[in-house]
Amino acid sequence: MNIIVCIKQVPETTEVRINPETNTLMREGVKAIINPFDMYAIEEALRLKERFGGKISVVTMGPPQADQALREAISMGADEGYLVCDRAFAGSDTWATSYTLAGAIKKLGAFDLIICGKQASDGDTAQVGPGISTHLNIPQVTYVKKVEEATDKLMRLERMLEEGFEIIETPLPALLTVVKEINEPRIPSLKGLMRAKSAKITILTQKELDLDPQQIGLCGSPTQVVKIFTPAPRVGGQILKGEIPEMAKELVDLIKDEVN
Amino acid sequence: MDYLLTEEQKMIKDLAHKIAEEKIRPVAAIYDISEEYPWEVLKVMGESDMFGLFIPEEYGGFANSSMNLCLATEEFSRACGGIAVCYAASALGTIPIVLFGTDEQKKKYLPDLAKGKKVAAFAITEPEAGSDASGIKTTAKKEGNHYILNGLKHFITNGGDAETYVVIAMTDKTKGARGASAFIVEKGTSGFTFGKKEDKFGIRASSTRELIFTDCKIPAENLLAKEGMGFIVTMRTFDMSRPGVAAQALGIAQGALELAVKYVRERVQFGKPISSFQGIQWMLADMATEIEAARGLVYSTARMLDAGIKDVSKESAMAKMYASDVAMKVSIDALQLFGGYGYMKDYPIEKYVRDAKITQIYEGTNQVQRGIIGLKVIKEMAK
Repeated sequence: MNIIVCIKQVPETTEVRINPETNTLMREGVKAIINPFDMYAIEEALRLKERFGGKISVVTMGPPQADQALREAISMGADEGYLVCDRAFAGSDTWATSYTLAGAIKKLGAFDLIICGKQASDGDTAQVGPGISTHLNIPQVTYVKKVEEATDKLMRLERMLEEGFEIIETPLPALLTVVKEINEPRIPSLKGLMRAKSAKITILTQKELDLDPQQIGLCGSPTQVVKIFTPAPRVGGQILKGEIPEMAKELVDLIKDEVN
Repeated sequence: MDYLLTEEQKMIKDLAHKIAEEKIRPVAAIYDISEEYPWEVLKVMGESDMFGLFIPEEYGGFANSSMNLCLATEEFSRACGGIAVCYAASALGTIPIVLFGTDEQKKKYLPDLAKGKKVAAFAITEPEAGSDASGIKTTAKKEGNHYILNGLKHFITNGGDAETYVVIAMTDKTKGARGASAFIVEKGTSGFTFGKKEDKFGIRASSTRELIFTDCKIPAENLLAKEGMGFIVTMRTFDMSRPGVAAQALGIAQGALELAVKYVRERVQFGKPISSFQGIQWMLADMATEIEAARGLVYSTARMLDAGIKDVSKESAMAKMYASDVAMKVSIDALQLFGGYGYMKDYPIEKYVRDAKITQIYEGTNQVQRGIIGLKVIKEMAK
């Protein structure tokens, strides 16, 4: 089974600060890690490879230092790492990112399965995985919490819903996004770390991918971030005291004041 | 302080740290109470190649390095001295096979030990043969192509859970120390059973049991080295493994210091964190300095061993003795810094005191270590 795992390098914190002038994330001084949800995608790929054999290719789009994330995936047992990296891709929103990643995946040749984390811990959009499947015109199953059955042609999956789950069968190739309930990511081995250190990371630029210039980077991104701000912390409410009839009256007065 | 570690050593230390924080620390208190053998954790260590650190590459390991073993043991012990000793005791049972095994013996036993599929144990102690190893009563009698073992070993770490045992028994009682021999005995051999499991003060995640040999028949090819070399096997093994015990003590001390520093920064009395008081700062200063001094001894000794220097008995003994004395003192002081809370089992620090104590006792009491060091110093000066 040839599996492609799409990962993203993110800052190791959920409390990222935003530069008020540029409206971008301030990454300085924050350690970069693999998006935690993508760790479950890597682990599930490793488990499928252990059952069916095959190859795991890990793909990420990002700056040159994102190659560290690919090496970490290789240290866990992935076979190959591809870094989609070009100034031309900078400023991509989820549409342009999924278009670009889909273009890179086409370049890698035949595959049976693509696995992504359900969303990235920094952007929290959960759009890139589904976007890739749309650009590649293959089925997608999101929020997968369990692989019930798998053959080289078909998968039966448990998909997490807010209340309960549904069971979905999909032909392959397909794209899955996975949730943290699906597995527990492994700790790398020493041999894996050694291999990852010297592994060759293939860099894919716009030159190799030859994508439609109108659909990549900032100009290929329909989303325009007009303003990013941290909402002001909610101020403490007011607690009314006394008998219920008085409190009700006071409440009505307060609302009237607020409206006026 | 920079310890001038190589890239590979840093990688080992970082990986062991990750295992310690993610897989050991969250379960340390659970195993301390349940006294179950921590197979789940050992499985992770095995899959991460940690058991290969003291086994040569040609037998499925990573490298035979004392420094590697020390770095991993120290990191594991920071999180739990008990789980770490399950690991270190397997090293103790494996080292004699690495040092003295024939190619066949190494091929047969080391690959599974390197992957952590099996763990090992070393058995010399008997009820009447503790510090005085010449008091061993277990016998091994040769009969044709076999040896017949009879006797009792006790206080054996990993006893009952290990698959592979190196056992010291007397092949010729008339020769005293020169009449002892080392044997590899597999769990499941007829006549080899386990007795009482000890209820211990500390390192409670590790198992400590009696080994009972009743006409236990093992193939003659399980003899390690030659007949009569049992004590040489033991001494050389301890020279290699003592820095490991020292590293365990070092890790316990480091772990206790880290918990204490965190606590004194958070604990507010008289309107400010107690870390702002000089009396507290001076205690931390002594603890941290003693730990660094111990680390210097441990790493230097491990590096001597890895450089192939043969006679390291003195340095090995110094490292083990000093690091374990530091572990005891630092963990007691750390508990003191926690005040009344430190005495309660709700807080993790009292476990460090319990885990530290054994490091002054096993693999040669610190009194025995001082004996080794004292004699060696006199001998060196007399030259």
